[in-house]
Amino acid sequence: MGRPPGEPGRVAYLYLLPAFVVYAVFLLYPIGRAVQISLYDWDGLTLGRWAGLDNYTAILSDERLRAGFGHALVLIVFYAVIPLAIGLTLAAILNHAKVRGLGFFRTVVFLPQVVAMVVVAVAWRRVYAPDGTLNALLGALGLDGLTRGWLGDHTFALPAVGVVGTWFESGLVTVLLLAGMSRVPMELYEAARLDGAGAVREFFAVTLPSVRGEIAVALTLTVIAALRTFDLVYVTTRGGPGDSTSVPSFEVYHRAFGLGQVGSAAAIGVTLTVVIFAISFAINRLADKGTT
Amino acid sequence: MISRAERVANYVILSAFAAFALFPVVTILGAALGPDDAGPAGQAWGPHLGNFAAAWEAGHFGTYLRSSLAVSSFVVVVSVVLSIMSGYAFGTMRFRGHTVLFYLFMLGIMMPSEAIAVPLYFDLRTLGLIDTFWSVALPQVALSVAFGTFWMRAYFRASSRAIVEAARIDGASTWRTLWQVLVPPARPAIVTLTVLVFMWTWNEFLIPLIMVTSESLRTAPLGLAFFQGQYTSGFTLLAAGSVIVATPVVVFYLFLQRHFVRGLLQGAVRE
Repeated sequence: MGRPPGEPGRVAYLYLLPAFVVYAVFLLYPIGRAVQISLYDWDGLTLGRWAGLDNYTAILSDERLRAGFGHALVLIVFYAVIPLAIGLTLAAILNHAKVRGLGFFRTVVFLPQVVAMVVVAVAWRRVYAPDGTLNALLGALGLDGLTRGWLGDHTFALPAVGVVGTWFESGLVTVLLLAGMSRVPMELYEAARLDGAGAVREFFAVTLPSVRGEIAVALTLTVIAALRTFDLVYVTTRGGPGDSTSVPSFEVYHRAFGLGQVGSAAAIGVTLTVVIFAISFAINRLADKGTT
Repeated sequence: MISRAERVANYVILSAFAAFALFPVVTILGAALGPDDAGPAGQAWGPHLGNFAAAWEAGHFGTYLRSSLAVSSFVVVVSVVLSIMSGYAFGTMRFRGHTVLFYLFMLGIMMPSEAIAVPLYFDLRTLGLIDTFWSVALPQVALSVAFGTFWMRAYFRASSRAIVEAARIDGASTWRTLWQVLVPPARPAIVTLTVLVFMWTWNEFLIPLIMVTSESLRTAPLGLAFFQGQYTSGFTLLAAGSVIVATPVVVFYLFLQRHFVRGLLQGAVRE
């Protein structure tokens, strides 16, 4: 290695050691154990039985598990796609128009990010309750026909959980995109205007390509958040009614500590990890390709 | 220039979204400050601050906040110090295995905690370490150190090489260079890391849920989830409890908003 004389080399390991030890014991080793456990049929108490890849093939064949991953896809729409649309609209407005109260608006929309998800879930349970604020609002608007116990409804429970995700992620996406848009040089907009572009064309020709990187980051963060939904489901629906809101993260917990199927739980956890890595890798590859 | 109609439309869209963002917050605050819906009828109007005292008593939030404070302080101090050291090594030194080790640390940033919590539970149970302070705190140190290493490395890499060189030529040890030369100007980056780790640890739910069974170790979000399961007569005290659990991080956020926003946005942006 072409190291300048005297530049610290080996001492680096000493600085890394404490962090690495904690990291290896409490993160790297457990993920290795997860892979190992996932190859067994194990109830967590008695001796495990070798199962090979059965726990993984079950993810495709077991209806409840397949449904769980399907629900995660629906949540991606609510957590990532809708917030991206909302965020692009709001950020374009905020960047363009000299809006009063920008600081206050930013504080408000970013607030959900810092509140514990359990608190968020308790609040939304109240909103969705049969005698909750959403039904009261609908009643006040004369839409009594639409009122229902949202989280207890087979059709509406999953979208109801999804809307919480939309609420939670939209502010983050907006602030992220706004930061990107404010870096676009004014001359680009002026040039577009001189070429006779309207607001919409300008948005697609100038704004959108300039924030490609921010869009990739926003999608990575929100898609991962969607796939990792746990607290929200645990507090609001526990996967119900039936299995209409079961998601992979909740299934990991439910199988390991509720059903005593630790091998299956580990397999879901490992699969989820691989899916998260693959998706964030793919999103970033696509974003990189677009820029070159 | 922007037309009047466009301006009105802008304000309508922004107000509608602000209302959507505030709707659940207003729901909770309204319930927490309103008359106790499980109490006697005909209570006076106006803010009922007594709800917080009642929730504090009924929900044992004193105990939960204390364990949250203990866990968060430990995780913040340990992971920030460890991250400064490992970030220093990755950011300013060259050594064999640099790249491989760095990627190994990066794995932890995206790792879902549910994937590691399950095997950890069973291994720690074998060792008799389940339901201890360590079983809650140390896994969170590991998760935070992954991000912290990444964060501090980015900072130290961008900081001036000349300063490090000068300190070495002056005969300062690597240890003194780190703590007396590099860390003082790094304060903003360290504050950002501190508030992020504090927030993540305070709000963490899954790890305490799995690791803790005794009430004295329950953290605030976990205590709130239990309170919700047990306390079913009305919503007022549950709302008051939620406000109690959320307040510490929200107060930090209102004062150090810049750090929260910067950390959550830049932390995600890889080079």
